[in-house]
Amino acid sequence: MFVSEYVKPTTLEEAYQQLIKDKTNHIIAGGAWMKLTLKSASHLISLEDLDLNRILTTNDMIEIGSMVTLREIETNEHIKNCCSGILSLACHNIMGINVRNIATIGGSVMGRLAFSDLYPALLVLDATLVFYKAGEVSFADFLKSPKMDTDILLCVRFAKNQGKGYFRKVATTALDFAILNLAIAHSEQGWRISVGATPYVASLATSAMSYLNESKRIDEVVMEQTVQLVLEEIPCTDNIRASKEYREQLIKAYIKRGIKKVIEHVD
Amino acid sequence: MLIKTIVNNEPKTFVCEPGEYLLDTLRKNNYLSVRRGCDNTSCGVCTVLLNGKPVPSCSVFTASVEGKEITTVEGIQAEAEKLGHFFGSEGADQCGFCNPSLALTVYAMKRELKHPTEQEVREYLVGNLCRCTGYIQQERAIMDYLEDES
Repeated sequence: MFVSEYVKPTTLEEAYQQLIKDKTNHIIAGGAWMKLTLKSASHLISLEDLDLNRILTTNDMIEIGSMVTLREIETNEHIKNCCSGILSLACHNIMGINVRNIATIGGSVMGRLAFSDLYPALLVLDATLVFYKAGEVSFADFLKSPKMDTDILLCVRFAKNQGKGYFRKVATTALDFAILNLAIAHSEQGWRISVGATPYVASLATSAMSYLNESKRIDEVVMEQTVQLVLEEIPCTDNIRASKEYREQLIKAYIKRGIKKVIEHVD
Repeated sequence: MLIKTIVNNEPKTFVCEPGEYLLDTLRKNNYLSVRRGCDNTSCGVCTVLLNGKPVPSCSVFTASVEGKEITTVEGIQAEAEKLGHFFGSEGADQCGFCNPSLALTVYAMKRELKHPTEQEVREYLVGNLCRCTGYIQQERAIMDYLEDES
């Protein structure tokens, strides 16, 4: 890659000043996706010396530094035990271990990648992002707002969810991007459902969530209605990987299967 | 720029451009067992160990490896030879282009996973593409290697 300077700031302010100085200055997270998309940069800004590569846990929170790799998330015991380990499972099927050893959660989030397997899991975990300038922003809001390329993501934060969850990625081969990915969580806060790679960026199925939360008993009829509400709210279309109709069939099958799995876990 | 690193337990200083990738630096410095395949993070043949972990060297900036340890297949010669013996017994070898990177990944797996199942082995090795032999013989050879205590 053509780069005039590789810089390793030792303070966040220094990194921030470098970033806003020129539009062709870029932050490197893990570099896995950058290799495929960016051909030149004036300054490459490395965040490796800013202590952002740690997973911190308290009694009720998990905080993942933006430079933590996908492999570290996948193998972390606290994350594996949070909501049936849906975030670990989401990482598990991303490329090979070599790529997961460099790709970071910060890069995955800031890249706004529509195929990302992390997004549905982070949405149902009700994650928030902490930025250097913008402070705390909910992940759901972040995905709906314009890109925040002139800020620095510090960490991703979510509550230790004691509930149960389900994650599913559908892809043609182990190395391929998702044709569809979805996550379901059920905890004291109720049901949360998110679908991504439709091929649009992941979003929450809010009307299906409210409907499930109001249903006293979940049977076949309620599940059918939930699927209908998901299909009405989450837009699907064709792309090179799959047709709109195929994606809708996948949603029908996996939303029901996921709800059943979650209920079985709960009982 | 100058980057100080340790390759196969030997201190090395590389001269590189700021946007240079580790794969290019290593090959320029005659570490030719590190192969260039797809050059876009997909095939795995450029894998080296960085502080003991497998990484695709085509996507790691050389500037980021300052002070870190790099291992190529030459750094695990005895283990690679042992694995090579099992590959030979199972007929799991044809052109050999992907062997150095696969050997490094299998070596890292042996140190990380205790008594993995076939499924776990397959999942660990996703992203190490072989375009000639196929994976069945490789899997048999790798399972034998993992069970070998010698």
